[in-house]
Amino acid sequence: MDHQDLVWTWSIAGFDLHFNITTMLMSTVAALIVAIFSIIGARKLAMRPTGLQNFIEWVMDFCRNIITSNMAWQTGGRFIVLAYTLLFYLFVANMLGIPFELATDTDHYVIWSSPTSDPVLTLTMAAFVIILTHVYGLKIRGGKEYFLDYFRPSPILFPFKIIEEVSNWLTLGLRLFGNIFAKELVTVLLVSLTGLGAAGILLTWLPLAPWLAFGIFIGALQAFIFTMLSMVYMAHKVESH
Amino acid sequence: MDFLEFIADINWGSALYQLLIFSLLIWVVSRFALKPLLGVMQKREQQVNDNLDNAEKSRAEAEQYLEQQREELKNAREQAQEMIDNANKISEQQSREILDNARSEASRLKDAAVADINREKEQALESVRDQVASLSVAIATKVIEKELDESEQEKLIDSYLKEVENK
Repeated sequence: MDHQDLVWTWSIAGFDLHFNITTMLMSTVAALIVAIFSIIGARKLAMRPTGLQNFIEWVMDFCRNIITSNMAWQTGGRFIVLAYTLLFYLFVANMLGIPFELATDTDHYVIWSSPTSDPVLTLTMAAFVIILTHVYGLKIRGGKEYFLDYFRPSPILFPFKIIEEVSNWLTLGLRLFGNIFAKELVTVLLVSLTGLGAAGILLTWLPLAPWLAFGIFIGALQAFIFTMLSMVYMAHKVESH
Repeated sequence: MDFLEFIADINWGSALYQLLIFSLLIWVVSRFALKPLLGVMQKREQQVNDNLDNAEKSRAEAEQYLEQQREELKNAREQAQEMIDNANKISEQQSREILDNARSEASRLKDAAVADINREKEQALESVRDQVASLSVAIATKVIEKELDESEQEKLIDSYLKEVENK
């Protein structure tokens, strides 16, 4: 019953580099799905879109709305690819754990689950976004404005601004992780009720169906929230206020 | 487990892998899907704008044409009215002229006829008078030749004389 991740360790220069194979595998699957859908959708581009192209354009429009609700389009237009990839990738990643979870029989090594139920992955994604906000803040507004922003509106706020950056990163990553991890955990607990026999199967199915529906809702919502907050943080850095 | 050990136990490898694969995903999606898609979306936007502009232009043009046609129709109608008026005027004038001509011709003919008649009458009278004169002279000659005897001459002379005496 003790689920554990497949971890592979690579000793390099006296340091052990740990690789979580499950997360890496699932992340690759999600990335492949996103890439394949996007490329197929954009393969036969038509002025009158049909099928998958319609869907991709709808997602693009959705991302455009997210961006324009936070910043001016001439500043934010360049982030549409980032927003699109974040939204689509996280949605797919969250959905991957919905239909089933695979684990090895004896040691309960998990080999199929939502990659976003791994805090390392979500915090990496959050760090990626936060670092990008700093990079674009420096690039778009220049070094002086960027550093002066830490002392606005008052120099007293400087320590809080530093804390804010760290907490932005932690909350962004951990919110996603917490939601998806809890969803997976509860799903696993519900499924383990089947061990109780015939009554257990009924006990499992009754709450499991609505729970998985709720899981889909949570997955979509968290993907949206992550993208939205990424753009909010980005807007804070690239726009003067 | 102290802090350093905790840090070292984090799966840094998969974190690096995640950074790599997500960056790669962004690149792939951007290069092979979104860039061309954005191009098409922009082109479509452009086309829609162009179409709207063209429609607006066509509408203005059509309105202009309509105005022009209306103007031309009005002109044509005015012209037609003018032509009809002119024709009416001309026909009236012509009929008056014809009537006048006819009237004057008639009176001229009548005058000529009257003059002719008078002349003929004059001539006839003249010839009748001539004939009467010559006839009466002939008759008179005959009568005088035949009946004027002595006594009668006497009486006639007397009557003339009496008349003269009375005056």
